[in-house]
Amino acid sequence: MSIEVRDVNKRFGQFQALQAIDLHIQSGELVALLGPSGCGKTSLLRIIAGLETPDSGSIVLHGEDVSSRDVRDRNVGFVFQHYALFRHMTVFDNVAFGLRMKPKKLRPSEAVIAAKVHELLNLVQLDWLADRYPEQLSGGQRQRIALARALAVEPEVLLLDEPFGALDAKVRKELRRWLARLHEDVHLTSVFVTHDQEEAMEVADRIVVMNKGVIEQIGTPAQVYANPASEFVYHFLGDANRLQLDEQRSVLFRPHEVRLSREPQADFLAGEVHGIRPLGALTRVTLRLAGHHEPIEAEVGHDHPGLVGLGRGERLYFQPVPSAQAQPSAG
Amino acid sequence: MTTASLPVSADARATTTRRGKQTARRLLIGAAWLTFALFLLLPLLIVLGEAFKQGVGTFFTAILEPDALAALKLTLLAVGISVPLNLVFGVAAAWCVSKYEFRGKSLLVTLIDLPFSVSPVIAGLIYVLLFGAQGYFGEWLSDRDIQIVFAVPGIILATLFVTVPFVARELIPLMQEQGSTEEEAARLLGASGWQMFWHITLPNIKWGLIYGVVLCTARAMGEFGAVSVVSGHIRGLTNTLPLHVEILYNEYNHVAAFSVASLLLALALVILLLKQWSESRIARLKTGAQP
Repeated sequence: MSIEVRDVNKRFGQFQALQAIDLHIQSGELVALLGPSGCGKTSLLRIIAGLETPDSGSIVLHGEDVSSRDVRDRNVGFVFQHYALFRHMTVFDNVAFGLRMKPKKLRPSEAVIAAKVHELLNLVQLDWLADRYPEQLSGGQRQRIALARALAVEPEVLLLDEPFGALDAKVRKELRRWLARLHEDVHLTSVFVTHDQEEAMEVADRIVVMNKGVIEQIGTPAQVYANPASEFVYHFLGDANRLQLDEQRSVLFRPHEVRLSREPQADFLAGEVHGIRPLGALTRVTLRLAGHHEPIEAEVGHDHPGLVGLGRGERLYFQPVPSAQAQPSAG
Repeated sequence: MTTASLPVSADARATTTRRGKQTARRLLIGAAWLTFALFLLLPLLIVLGEAFKQGVGTFFTAILEPDALAALKLTLLAVGISVPLNLVFGVAAAWCVSKYEFRGKSLLVTLIDLPFSVSPVIAGLIYVLLFGAQGYFGEWLSDRDIQIVFAVPGIILATLFVTVPFVARELIPLMQEQGSTEEEAARLLGASGWQMFWHITLPNIKWGLIYGVVLCTARAMGEFGAVSVVSGHIRGLTNTLPLHVEILYNEYNHVAAFSVASLLLALALVILLLKQWSESRIARLKTGAQP
């Protein structure tokens, strides 16, 4: 099921939440809407679902304009940031809800519903929690139940609003890998909203980078990282250093795009070591430059020879080696 | 020497403050109990004592007397009509305020509170002014032989007016706190408006709703001022229980007055128990909701 967003605009009072959004999502794709908070990504997701009405423009699902269709007739699965599980129902009843709400003619028997619910609970590996109430579950468990509940009505599109936003870092990583695997199995057209570039990079087939209500760039993770369309995209997709060379020129480079040396070399600049942070495979060195306000962050392999015996306050030489392509193409 | 003695004196000081704190606590708790006993418990006991002063027989004669029964019936009728209406109005108003954004929302919320801030006597006078013989609609109504003031409809209107805020006031903060994502989730899963209300909204606000209804019932039963103005005090016809108590008391029929009063009191105690019960359920729901 493909999703098409055509020239969608949305205002909330004076605030332009979305401006001329055009987006085409292929059937079976897993797409991330990535951007800082307030960029309009959640509004866009809610408009696709039918929870918000755009001021102008249309939503087309599988070639069919659904703009005037009510939420319940769009056959869209939606997972809320804070799960929105029905607090007075057991996990089983939560997942069964969508099937039980079907009109009498289409409603499966309780036995069929039970089989379906257990199948879904097995899919999210939580069948043993069927009789619990949402308040008795951990955040990660709630999120997976919310997913099972959304999948129960066999939606043609799955929309997830900051699906891992409320979880702690470790659960978040586990769950997003699990979601990526699930997507490979189920192959449901899926769109998820996130403000975490690492999450988008790791899970999505394509990333839609948004800022202030407009789409800055659409592309695969490799494309948006290697060829950022704007300085905003460049900055949003990873840490960056800006080094002012003189009045006119400055150079942008990522922390790993750097060579370090203990000895002065041609085209290397001198800095004073301000901090050394081991981050596992990499070690981050913060350098202060005379006459520069912003420190430079450099990341090198933890076994880099330059790090041996290095201490704070020592002198270190570095050379930015930005990949030419990775420079933002516009302003 | 001085350093050695320091901890001792500090310790002694701590003990004195602790003892001081304990005394203060006991004094405050004692004062609270004393106030409670003097101003609440004692009057209750006096009401009961007066009611049974001349024995159980007199008590039952007083409350089974036709005028008293008529007053009880009228009170129950006023409660039976105003509480369900307020229930529907309260849920609808709370729904509007908590789920939608619209112009004049804060004005609406303020207006819901109006009966709390306006004296009930004024509420009664408004109805006399509108529907009384000399009122704006008086002629129109008397032409059609409809009596509102000094009749049962007036009493029900006055009761409705003073009890409007209870259910809505109880539900608005509860529904605002719960937000509407569960309702949205239900809609996304294919539930119709009614299904969403019955299966999601109503169970979520159930205890708050019961609490509001209990408070509303208590007020409807005990309302005096507004009802007094529109009632006309026709014995056996337009007297509610509180009005009947007043009449008996003014006639120096103290035993009968206190007997009927204790009937009202018994109803109030039932309501109080219901309130306590629904309150504890709300509290349990709230603590349960914490992850």
